[in-house]
Amino acid sequence: LNALFSTATETRLQAGAAGARSPREPPARPSRGAEQIGYYDLCFVGVFFSSWDETHFGKMGSYYINRTFFFDVHPPLGKMLIGLAGYLSGYDGTFPFQKPGDRYEQHNYIGMRGFCAFLGSCLVPFAYLTVLELSKSLPAALLAAFILIFDTGCITLSQYILLDPILMFFLMAAVLSMVKCNSCADRPFSASWWLWLSLTGVSLAGAMGVKFVGLFVVLLVGLNTVYDLWDLLGNLSLSLVMFGKHLLARVLCLIVLPLALYTAIFAVHFAVLNRSGPGDGFFSSAFQSQLIGNNLHNVSVPEHLAYGSVVTMKNLRMAGGYLHSHWHLYPEGIGARQQQVTAYLHKDLNNLWIIKKHDSDTDLSDPSSPVEFVRHGDIIRLEHKETSRNLHSHQHEAPLTRKHFQVTGYGINGTGDSNDFWRIEVVGRKTGKLIKVLRSQVRLTHVATGCILGSSGKTLPKWGWEQVEVTCTPYLKETPNSLWNFEDHINPKLPNISLDVLKPSFAEILLESHMVMIRGNSGLKPKDNEVTSKPWHWPINYQGLRFSGVNETDYRVYLLGNPVIWWLNLVTIGLYLLITVCTAVALKRGVQLTSELKELSRVVLRAGGQITLGWLLHYLPFFMMGRVLYFHHYFPAMLFSSMLTGITWDAVLKFCAGFLSPSTTARRVYGGGFLALVLLILYSFYLFHPLSYGMIGPMASNPSSPMAGLRWMDSWEF
Amino acid sequence: MLGFLKEPVVVTAKINVNLVALTMMGLISRLWGLCYPRAVVFDEVYYGQFVSLYMKRIFFVDDSGPPFGHMLLALGGYLGGFDGNFLWNRIGAEYSMNVPVWSLRLLPALAGALCVPLAYQILVELHLSHCAALGAALLILLENSLITQSRFMLLESILIFFILLAVLSYLKFYNLQKHSAFAGSWWFWLLLTGVACSCAVGVKYMGLFTYMLLLATAGLHFWHMIGDQNLSNVSLLCHFLARGLALIIIPMGLYLSFFYVHLALLYRSGPHDQIMTSAFQASLEGGLARITQGQPLEVAYGSQITLRNVLGKPMQCWLHSHTNTYPIRYENGRGSSHQQQVTCYPFKDVNNWWIVKDPGMQQLVVSNPPRPVRHGHIVQLVHGITTRYLNTHDVAAPLSPHSQEVSCYIDYNISMPAQNLWRVEIVNRESDTDVWKTILSEVRFVHVNTSAVLKLSGASLPEWGYRQLEVVGEKLSKGYHQSMVWNVEEHRYGKSQEQKEREVELHSPTQMDISKNLSFMAKFTELQWKILTLKNEDTEHKYSSSALDWITMDTNIAYWLHPTSGAQIHLLGNVATWASANAAALVYLCLSLWYLLRRRREIYDIPEDAWQLWMSAGGICGGGWAVNYLPFFLMEKTLFLYHYLPAVTFQILLIPVVLQHLSDHLCRSVLLKSMFSALIVAWFSSVFFVYCTFSPVTYGQPALSLTELKALRWKDTWNILMRKQ
Repeated sequence: LNALFSTATETRLQAGAAGARSPREPPARPSRGAEQIGYYDLCFVGVFFSSWDETHFGKMGSYYINRTFFFDVHPPLGKMLIGLAGYLSGYDGTFPFQKPGDRYEQHNYIGMRGFCAFLGSCLVPFAYLTVLELSKSLPAALLAAFILIFDTGCITLSQYILLDPILMFFLMAAVLSMVKCNSCADRPFSASWWLWLSLTGVSLAGAMGVKFVGLFVVLLVGLNTVYDLWDLLGNLSLSLVMFGKHLLARVLCLIVLPLALYTAIFAVHFAVLNRSGPGDGFFSSAFQSQLIGNNLHNVSVPEHLAYGSVVTMKNLRMAGGYLHSHWHLYPEGIGARQQQVTAYLHKDLNNLWIIKKHDSDTDLSDPSSPVEFVRHGDIIRLEHKETSRNLHSHQHEAPLTRKHFQVTGYGINGTGDSNDFWRIEVVGRKTGKLIKVLRSQVRLTHVATGCILGSSGKTLPKWGWEQVEVTCTPYLKETPNSLWNFEDHINPKLPNISLDVLKPSFAEILLESHMVMIRGNSGLKPKDNEVTSKPWHWPINYQGLRFSGVNETDYRVYLLGNPVIWWLNLVTIGLYLLITVCTAVALKRGVQLTSELKELSRVVLRAGGQITLGWLLHYLPFFMMGRVLYFHHYFPAMLFSSMLTGITWDAVLKFCAGFLSPSTTARRVYGGGFLALVLLILYSFYLFHPLSYGMIGPMASNPSSPMAGLRWMDSWEF
Repeated sequence: MLGFLKEPVVVTAKINVNLVALTMMGLISRLWGLCYPRAVVFDEVYYGQFVSLYMKRIFFVDDSGPPFGHMLLALGGYLGGFDGNFLWNRIGAEYSMNVPVWSLRLLPALAGALCVPLAYQILVELHLSHCAALGAALLILLENSLITQSRFMLLESILIFFILLAVLSYLKFYNLQKHSAFAGSWWFWLLLTGVACSCAVGVKYMGLFTYMLLLATAGLHFWHMIGDQNLSNVSLLCHFLARGLALIIIPMGLYLSFFYVHLALLYRSGPHDQIMTSAFQASLEGGLARITQGQPLEVAYGSQITLRNVLGKPMQCWLHSHTNTYPIRYENGRGSSHQQQVTCYPFKDVNNWWIVKDPGMQQLVVSNPPRPVRHGHIVQLVHGITTRYLNTHDVAAPLSPHSQEVSCYIDYNISMPAQNLWRVEIVNRESDTDVWKTILSEVRFVHVNTSAVLKLSGASLPEWGYRQLEVVGEKLSKGYHQSMVWNVEEHRYGKSQEQKEREVELHSPTQMDISKNLSFMAKFTELQWKILTLKNEDTEHKYSSSALDWITMDTNIAYWLHPTSGAQIHLLGNVATWASANAAALVYLCLSLWYLLRRRREIYDIPEDAWQLWMSAGGICGGGWAVNYLPFFLMEKTLFLYHYLPAVTFQILLIPVVLQHLSDHLCRSVLLKSMFSALIVAWFSSVFFVYCTFSPVTYGQPALSLTELKALRWKDTWNILMRKQ
């Protein structure tokens, strides 16, 4: 096992180093220039894999070292570990990670890559041990391990600063400890039983903490535990008290412990990242007041809204933006040609609005006039501070959401018409109550048409500066889209209070960050006309991902599974289904089996079933996901598929050998079969290793390229 | 010889009066005053337009489901002699005299009425008592939401009818299994299961859920048969094949036949043509077929063609160019090549014409004999009116900066050479022939110098590009996508050498005669694919609801409001029934769990046959509810209360199952039993009371006053329409 481990690690580390040494030209093509513009748009994820994910997660590692707050759609553990690895290996967090292909120069990045590569190499011994434990067959375990060592996809994926090797590490660790724990079932409550059970819990927390995909392995372990408990319940020699102990132990190790660890990860995350950074805008105002350097940090504002106050309004939907207007008009043909009103994610002077009474135009900034508070149910006017136009709506269709009404800025110097009147209402409050800054959730109803001010979340085209559309919706549903809160509040006549009262509890922060992450994930929708990876592409290795380099002169790395291995895996799944059905029917029909065959059928049904369940759980849910998918999402499922290959071929060869009576022939068939499989894998690795260790020269579509003969599918682009 | 006359001819008829009475009551409750209101009610406005199109034989695509349901509605119109002339434009519009309202609404109402006896039969086949079965049928009869939904030209009642029919015939089949396998009635019910399933799927895709449930049940039952050592392997195989034939092959065949009839009926071109490919459009009468009739089939060097993008999104468009050039600088400061714009234009235009040119030759006419272009050939594309060459180069495209700009080349003498060679790749080429064909071939144009692919980016250009769609060269082409594929729509062999003559020729319409026909399977695949992938953008609706609102019935749908009085129709369930159905489901779940755990410890609370009954009845009714309800949580489309009706039907069937079990096994003493019966009677009268209370908004008459309407608003979330007086 040791030998296995070191070779795997070496392969990977070598690869990492080789990748780093080779020259890499920054992509200076004119056509790629504009890619980096919208980095904080959620759609940036759509761009990053056109080259490397490394810029993304490496940057987040730097954020931890610099303690600046950021937002990502995945839970924080993976990035925290990357940051830690970088910190320990002397990386100072100053490399900008701006665009794929930038040179690292003097920056010390080897630690981060080495860490990921190390975790990636651990997959091999884990798979080896899992299969060995399940099938009790050394050849099966070796075959599974060989597959993972020599799969170009697994190698490529673990060479760089990515979350996937970390995720797969925890995932396999969970599976291994679950299997180990199952084998300890005959001596429950022994030390090793407790060890493996709690290790399962720890790995589950780890897997969940890296990516939400970890949820699938939680499901796998959960189903396995339910099956286990059902078995115990049927065992009448076990008293109910003992059963209760079993149940309690599992609840403790598999629910309480992972939850505690998972929460702890977030506690560390929020404790480390205490400075304002690029992720602020995604979170609520209350949350932002926690971050050092944010303009809401340690400030004091007047508590209750009064007429004449200057305010900013933030939409309550995730990343909803501030109500915004600017001097530009809606273009011709899109509603009335009046001033645009949008939602804007960044802080800006154009987000400021003045609250005025609907019926009087007196100058409220006059210090002598008495303070008059805005109350729930009042009819108000909102005047844009910079342009002195009133927030206005009318029965023209909105630019993108055609069933809603358009919202514009109207009037000159604050004089408009009756379409500028809005009724302000606080959710869940009675008439006459005051309106609180930050804490009140406010709804603005247009008096003339009865519609509600809201943000649709759709991005406007170029003419709207790609800000978010604001509409007035006639559907009176209560959603965060149509709720707002007041964030900044300036009124010199009112006393200020400190915002510390707003401080959210840890539970609230945890809940909010999960809401933000979940919405962020489901917000990653593919655009029309964009070619995306489909789940059915993956098992057939239909198409890879370009990791670096586009042109002939570039040093190119292409994430693609070793096709021989992947197709072997694919065939094996069919083969496995076939022998499972045959075995199950034979057993059901009461066919008498020899003891060897009985053992074999037990391995096929029980062990194979567990692994197949893992594969299904990590693969099928992707068919139902609406978000953008990538090829690398299949790798967790691929691990299960590889282990299944080991188990299935072992069973098939044993079965074939069992028919040949002389033991020497049987052994020869069995050994020969394995040797053939291993040699096949080795040879295919020799053929395809340039995919992960880097290629240079003409593209494979060019017949003169050394890789031209290997382009077995037209969809591969190396 | 005349021996049979020795015995008297005796006809013995057994009539189940329960069943007859239930059917009668069902018919009365569903058919009473069917023509009222004589106005468009809710989704009739949606289905009505399709009925009209059927009457006029005009082709349409409806993404809401397969065509069988629409055809049944149209059948009603056909029987009533409807000519299709009605403008289905708003809910509440009065029907004109030519609309046979009664016959249009008849079929859904009949289907709804027959659900009542079906419910009775299902519970009988599940081996429940006749009393329980009668209860179930009465609950269905008095369910306001089912009544409302069946009284109009809507599909849900038909769907529910077929679902219940499928369940009933499977149960009949299963009960015949033990003693009369392979008998006539056995075959009849087995085949009817398959037929009803495919009809259900053909009406709405929701039917798939019940179909899957029945397939799973059949699979489970067959699995038990495998374990039966008394059956020989051969008879097992026969059983397996019979089930495969009846439950898989026949439904698939029927499903295909729905589409066959649909396509046979609708042969005229219509409003949805542009969604379909050119080949499909050419197979319809009128429209494109009129234009493309008799074009030459094979594209040759010198051919004049228009190129349509296959994707058809955001709209259908043709490759286009005009004399205007790209602006030297865009608004964001990036530069362009300042060459002639190439766009995709959604209207027919003389500027959509291109000429296929052999790079090695100068001439722009088709030689005699024509030299056809094949897969892999290198061509140049010359814009007909401006005679400039289609070109792309390493300059960022105006709106998609990581793709290449596509232009018609103008030589500015600035060391930017023309790169106008394109390789023709026919995506759907057959093995034997690889000639580029009009309409049929789907072609990719790969740029020879940069291997970029000509692609429609989908973005629309700003003012300087007249809001036409942007065309780019995609360098990072990741496999096949329809936006990169083009097909020749209009085509003629060019004959004029001179530019002036050619312009005249381009303006003249194409005329020649060969007709093209697509096979049925090709049409079916395309139509099916379009139905599944067509997405309606704007999905918000005033009465849309979420799946969670349905169980508690926190939502309703206003179907119709009388133009002057307060009479109105709402989709609103019988509150008492819905609440008790929820309670029954909860009790069923808890009791099952309890029994299961106790049985695992080998404690048997109820006799084995009662347990089997409990499991099978629950499996069908509870399972039917689950499969018809839970998938909605995963769906992203707009949901309405009426989507819950199939599920609630199954849930209602669960109530008598649970009640009978409670009275049989949990009420041990006689006193308890009689108290329980009294409770049931009281509960039943409350159901009847609720039915009567809400019947004015179910039937739309009599008109209610404002105070009466206010009294009906039992939940704050219900949207009962009150007219301000």
